Amino acid sequence: MIDATNLRKRFGALEVLHDVSVGIRTGAVTALVGPNGSGKTTLIKIVLGLARADAGVFSVNGQPADEAGAYRRHIGYMPQAARFPENLRVRDVLELVRALRPDAPRDEELISAFRLALEMDKLVGTLSGGTRQKVNAAIAFLFRPSLLILDEPTAGLDPIASGILKDKIRQLRGEGRSVLITSHILTELEELADDVAFLCDGHLRFSGSVAALLERTGERRLEAAIAALMRSERARTADPLPESVGPLGWLPVEVEPS
Amino acid sequence: MTGRSVAIAIVASLAAYAAPLAAADLTVGAGGAYRTITSAVAAARDGDRIIINAGTWREATIVITAPNVTVEGRGWPVLDGQGARGVLIVAADDVTVRGLVVTNTGVSTLDDRAGIRVRDARRCLIEHNRVRDNLFGIYLQRSADCVVRDNDISAHGLSQTTSGNGIHLWYSPGARVENNHISGQRDGIYFEFSTGGVTTGNVSEHSQRYGLHFMFSDSCHYERNVFRENTSGVAVMYSHGVVISHNRFEHSWGAAAYGLLLKEILGGEIRGNTFTGNSTGLFIEGSSHLAIADNDFLQNGWAAKVLASAEDDHFTGNRFAGNAFDVSTNSRTANSTFDGNWWDAYRGYDLNRDGVGDVPFHPVRLFALIVEEHPASLVLLRSPMVGILDAAERVFPVLTPDALVDHHPLMRPPR
Amino acid sequence: MNIVMLVFQAGLRDLTRNRWIAAYMLGFLLIAEGLFWFGGTGPQVALSLLNVVLLVVPLVALIFGTIHVYASREFVELLLAQPVPRRQLFIGQFLGLALPLSGAFAVGAGIPFAWHAGAGTGGGALLALFTAGVALSVCFAAVATWIALSTDDRLKGVGLALGVWLATTVVYDGLVLGASAAFSEYSLERPLLALMAGNPVDLARVLVLTQLDVSALMGYTGALFERTFGTGIGTTVAVATLLAWCAAPLALAARRFQRRDF
Repeated sequence: MIDATNLRKRFGALEVLHDVSVGIRTGAVTALVGPNGSGKTTLIKIVLGLARADAGVFSVNGQPADEAGAYRRHIGYMPQAARFPENLRVRDVLELVRALRPDAPRDEELISAFRLALEMDKLVGTLSGGTRQKVNAAIAFLFRPSLLILDEPTAGLDPIASGILKDKIRQLRGEGRSVLITSHILTELEELADDVAFLCDGHLRFSGSVAALLERTGERRLEAAIAALMRSERARTADPLPESVGPLGWLPVEVEPS
Repeated sequence: MTGRSVAIAIVASLAAYAAPLAAADLTVGAGGAYRTITSAVAAARDGDRIIINAGTWREATIVITAPNVTVEGRGWPVLDGQGARGVLIVAADDVTVRGLVVTNTGVSTLDDRAGIRVRDARRCLIEHNRVRDNLFGIYLQRSADCVVRDNDISAHGLSQTTSGNGIHLWYSPGARVENNHISGQRDGIYFEFSTGGVTTGNVSEHSQRYGLHFMFSDSCHYERNVFRENTSGVAVMYSHGVVISHNRFEHSWGAAAYGLLLKEILGGEIRGNTFTGNSTGLFIEGSSHLAIADNDFLQNGWAAKVLASAEDDHFTGNRFAGNAFDVSTNSRTANSTFDGNWWDAYRGYDLNRDGVGDVPFHPVRLFALIVEEHPASLVLLRSPMVGILDAAERVFPVLTPDALVDHHPLMRPPR
Repeated sequence: MNIVMLVFQAGLRDLTRNRWIAAYMLGFLLIAEGLFWFGGTGPQVALSLLNVVLLVVPLVALIFGTIHVYASREFVELLLAQPVPRRQLFIGQFLGLALPLSGAFAVGAGIPFAWHAGAGTGGGALLALFTAGVALSVCFAAVATWIALSTDDRLKGVGLALGVWLATTVVYDGLVLGASAAFSEYSLERPLLALMAGNPVDLARVLVLTQLDVSALMGYTGALFERTFGTGIGTTVAVATLLAWCAAPLALAARRFQRRDF
């Protein structure tokens, strides 16, 4: 689905991606994990065309990335925290994105599942964070994309909405579509992920199926396996992880240079 | 007895005196005894009336030498100078010229050709004529106590150097110039060495140079005239005892254009005039003891420029509104006074409600001084930076002349 | 429908419901109507309004514009993830900012003049005043966009915008004044006119003054101003330069938008 070769990105003195080559399988859910500043968001932004790689190439669905962004017809994107112009109605926002992709097939299921019909005439500025995130998710799934990129999708969603979203992700995978997902909630990833791509300090340290990862680390749970990867990485760089920091310790609020 | 009633009395008594001589009518043109004006004029005796019928008359310069003759046009006869000569010369006392169209003297650099010239003649009356495209329109030389009224004088397409004055007076005291309309001449009305004149109700516009230009002419009165869109405005110089009242000075634009320029005027009154939309409304240089009262200064670039050489001029009861600069001067010393004027820029208050502001007004802005010294800085007119500068100077006046102050600024416009 | 139009319409719809824009429009309406109320003739109101336009329009365009572009960052990222070219998105986004800003000025200040049927203001003067206000709105909205796209630190961006405002409205003219005093022995008319063209705020001011306050200007520059700005060609050149002042920061902002990483 995505084929990236030798992606390199530098922000000033900081090298964010070192020759990252990664493939995202079609019809699978790939979890993109790694500590803060590991380059996850940068990688996503490069795939979306929001940022440009200094070197390297990638293609989406066999179509090479282009300036005009036509390849993005295949992509649905759900950013971590969506902010829409405050004085637009929900209806205005949805109509705008629909009009931007007039020929794409439609999937309005999330709009009804999230009961967004009731919110259509409200100004975005008056919505709760959870409702905004529902709109955000509905937009990402609106065009039956063959690739979904979800950045912290369940953050801010209530358990019911979160469940609806996960069912939707599974449904898409069942239809043979690809999903790239980042989350701080590793149990959630464990439920969904087929593959794992592990980034650390801009290097791709692991890429493969969840089963392969568990086997390699000798762990039974994804969370523990990731922690093991982390430890070995720290050991390798002579910077051992302090005992007090658990598997989730390296996952506070995401702050990356953009 | 005023000048006007004196003139009327003289004309009336002369008419009564002339009547018994059995004055004759000499008619020129259709149905008349004379085929040319020249022949009728040659035949005219004291008190005769020459009637010129409609038609175009191209003759040598006509010179009237018999006194007390009236030349009167019927149906606007045209006297054409054919671009070669002055048209009509009055060289006798008590002559009346009316109802003529006088035109086309042509341009000459050798002689001051005039449509109607009055030469060494007293008590002439030039009225209701149409004076078109002549070098000079009506030219009075050494002719006392004449009346020039209700004439329509215009010239077109001439430059300042190829144009003469509309009504030109030279050594002609006691003249009355009334209700004429003059346009497109070099100077609309010109007085030199002509004292005691009264100029009222005229409109002088689009002059190549001055709408009114007078020098060395003491004790003259100018009232209710309109001077507008004259290239250099109006200049009044080297005279004393001048009264200028209720005139309108409008739209004179240019670096050397003034609504009214006063130079070396000693004693006089500038009252009730309106200065509108001039680059400089009133310019005073080397003039003293002037009362400048009850005038309106509206939308001028500079309402009044008072140079330090002007002394003891007193501004009062004037209204200053919408001017880019109210008062400008070239020195920190001020030899003129302002008291009891209304300024639209005044921001003071009146606690005791006597109609007079409790805080003095400084009409000279700092920026006006800067522009006076560095003229190019005028490009910053109405810049916010200049506003800040002026506000600061108002709070801490250090550069503007502190003597130039209106201590009793009015709270409400006087008119 | 065209992508530029779609994005522009969304921006327009957002900002026409924005209360700051509404307050801005109402402010101009109240000031202009107030000036008429206190007995101003059309030309006097236009001149007083000119001072407000020269100070407030750049300030609001810069500060509001910078904050607006920062606030739109996430939405722009969402739109950029759609299959649309950046250039079209940028143009739509900029129009969605610049048109409500200039529209709020034009409508707010325009209603009182329409209501009083111009009140004796010449058509040329009114046209110059509104051209100046709209051009300053667009120019400084472009500068604001450029600043916000170039500086990720929002506080620094707003500070920069304030700095640009001070520099163009006050500091620049102070330097011009200093220069005209320092070099007063030289013939300064032409260099000063060139300096006026070097600052959009000055250019807008001079453009309006040649239509409104001719009396004073003609007194000094006479022929030069007449030749430079009074004629049809001069006015056209002044307006064209003002347009260039809109285009230049806009081109810089567009380039930044095209090249930057979000």
